[in-house]
Amino acid sequence: MAGTPARRVGRPSRARPGGPALGFLACALLPALVLHVVFVLSPYAQAFYLSLTDWNGVGGTARFVGLANFAQLAEDSLFLAGVRNNLVLLLTLPVATVAIGLFLATLLRFGGRSGRSGVRGARFYSIVFFFPQLLSVSIVAVLWGFAYNPNSGLINGALRAVGLDGLARSWLAEPGLALFAVLAVLIWSGVGFYLVLFSAAIDGIPREYYEAALLDGAGRWTAFWRITLPLLRENVQVAFVYLGMAALDGFALVQIMTVGPGGPDGATEVIGLSLYRTAFSYGKFGYAAAMGVALFFGTLVFAVLALRAGHRERVEVA
Amino acid sequence: MTTSNISRRTLLRAAAALGVSAPLLGACVTGGGSGDAPAARGERSPENPFGVKADAPLEVVVFKGGYGDDYVKAAGQVYKQRYPGAVIDHKGIQQVGDALRPRFVANTPPDVVDNTGAGALDISALAAAGQLTNLAELLDAPSWDDPNTTVQATLLPGVVEDGSRDGTCVHLNYTFTVWGLWYSKSLFDKHGWTYPATWDAMLALCAEIKKTGIAPWTYQGKYPDYVTDPLLTMAAKTGGMDLIKALDNLEPGAWRQDAVRGAAEAFAELAGRGYLMPGSEALSHTEAQAAWCQGKAAFIPSGSWLESEQQAVTPQGFQMTMGVVPARTASDKLKPAAVEASSTESYLVPAKAKNVAGGLEFLRMLFSRNACREFARTAGTLPSVAGATDGLTLSSGLGSVSAAVKAAGTELVSFRHRGWYPVLRKAADDAVGELITGRLSPVAFTERVQQAADALAKDGSVKKYTR
Repeated sequence: MAGTPARRVGRPSRARPGGPALGFLACALLPALVLHVVFVLSPYAQAFYLSLTDWNGVGGTARFVGLANFAQLAEDSLFLAGVRNNLVLLLTLPVATVAIGLFLATLLRFGGRSGRSGVRGARFYSIVFFFPQLLSVSIVAVLWGFAYNPNSGLINGALRAVGLDGLARSWLAEPGLALFAVLAVLIWSGVGFYLVLFSAAIDGIPREYYEAALLDGAGRWTAFWRITLPLLRENVQVAFVYLGMAALDGFALVQIMTVGPGGPDGATEVIGLSLYRTAFSYGKFGYAAAMGVALFFGTLVFAVLALRAGHRERVEVA
Repeated sequence: MTTSNISRRTLLRAAAALGVSAPLLGACVTGGGSGDAPAARGERSPENPFGVKADAPLEVVVFKGGYGDDYVKAAGQVYKQRYPGAVIDHKGIQQVGDALRPRFVANTPPDVVDNTGAGALDISALAAAGQLTNLAELLDAPSWDDPNTTVQATLLPGVVEDGSRDGTCVHLNYTFTVWGLWYSKSLFDKHGWTYPATWDAMLALCAEIKKTGIAPWTYQGKYPDYVTDPLLTMAAKTGGMDLIKALDNLEPGAWRQDAVRGAAEAFAELAGRGYLMPGSEALSHTEAQAAWCQGKAAFIPSGSWLESEQQAVTPQGFQMTMGVVPARTASDKLKPAAVEASSTESYLVPAKAKNVAGGLEFLRMLFSRNACREFARTAGTLPSVAGATDGLTLSSGLGSVSAAVKAAGTELVSFRHRGWYPVLRKAADDAVGELITGRLSPVAFTERVQQAADALAKDGSVKKYTR
């Protein structure tokens, strides 16, 4: 966490190996560890194994087919459309959500006239922005589905009310727009959480920095760029990892909101939806497991890259 | 705080080792046990053709959807009258697949399953895995009501075919679903419109309807398969049974035939002439059907479940009526009254069930005339047993469906490839969605679906069927 003093901690004296601490640790960790192994690691391991078979989900046997499933992935046009759309989301969702979240958080903390205090009603705004977090994803999807309805929806209704009939669209039924309509919902439902996260982090930055910068004639923009952002580096990094994972998912929204679902014509297909359909409508569980394994490695690579990219000397705040 | 010399690394290493050995800890997905041996059959007699043991318990798991499951519970009571010692364990659920997949894998399935709904199991996969009882014994058994007629003779045409995989009947469908174009008879009477028998008449009527400010058509754009059914039915009427067989058997060039292209052109023309309600392409089935019930559009394609689905929002005096898809050419191979119909709501008896005989007997009784009448009365849907609705007072929708089935006689059209090959089904539905929004030309449409069908025909990992 930025804002916490990074003091070097002296090494405590080492306990005797196998002392009481070990027994206590083992007893404390074992139940959780066993649960984790049985309900998380073992299904993962089984999914890895199943991705190398042609299991159909109902038979008691599965034939080993090696890497055939993975070879098929490369030729599956719908799956590749899903990969493409997930990459589009990956390039847009984290950047947009973090940018809006940072902008709003800064506004709430330093949006006042003097540049030293927040806007009036800041608490109220952060609570309102946080609302979408309290709704389940499926409810968000259904509500936005209503809002996007071309004839009676809120969005086209608002456009027509102000005389912009020309801008009214079938948001979810036009191939060029549908994915961005989904993206907008993802951003809308994510921004509130990151706004609160960044606000809390900004609160941890000592006020004197800003005071000093303002005295030296720095504008608000410079203060943000030179003080806020460097000190929030770790929060932003974590936000990127979480949002990247959300961008590689998107299954629930697409499944509930879009035409098809996943359409029109694959325009909003995501990997999770391909996986779900392959398993539960096509009965190809082995092939679906291969999709899952591919997604697993994709997410892993992204997380490592995101954490590496942000790796820097820690800024010392003492 | 004291720290011991257990580093995070050591812990992780131990966890990883445990993770790698996890599959050895049992509970593997493909490690099904052998289950208990099926119960031996008892004495067989004309009244008890399968040799049900009177005291053998029976477990029935049914999909509890739009039709409810009261009719199955009622059937359970009848079963108990004949076998008083039997304890019936009835479960009405929604996610049949999620609940039963592990039980099929572990070889401990229930005795009767209604495998229906969004989360149903893949019946072809079950059949291929040898998990389903061959129902020939049931089909040849005397029917519950009349010992001189077999069960098979009481069923509507196509029901046994619908339930067959590789020539073996493995499930029996309980309801008979019919597809067509729906309209409000009272609205048509008010304007003096008559339901068109030919596509030319349909286009002429649409021009009339449009003048009144009502959209001639709407459709469930979010799920393009609602349009695929009438489009394929129109093609089938033109091309006849040969075309249907060619499509189902993935014959080369089947989708390129004139009959399919012509039907695609007909539906593209609806869009081209502006006869579709604007915005339809983005509406869910509930939204499109609600607009239709409110009189914003005259026609909507759907199946015979529409009436019960719309019960809550249909205005008084609406007179919901189903018409058959109009004939496109004067030289159609099927008669104009031909209608798309197939059975749904799949009942099956798992091969590894403890009480197979009881399961078969339960189905024999469920397909009896009384049980079917009860179902038609409560669910407002046609059962798949012939004449089950005779003498019942039918609602306007169910009445028009029942009359359509009678008028069609043996010319009941159904498309097996849509059930056999969900991959092709999806490809066709996606293409139909593009066709009806004008983003795909009719020729490009047939080309695209043909390519999907050819790719499927070449795919060795998918089991193929023929009709």
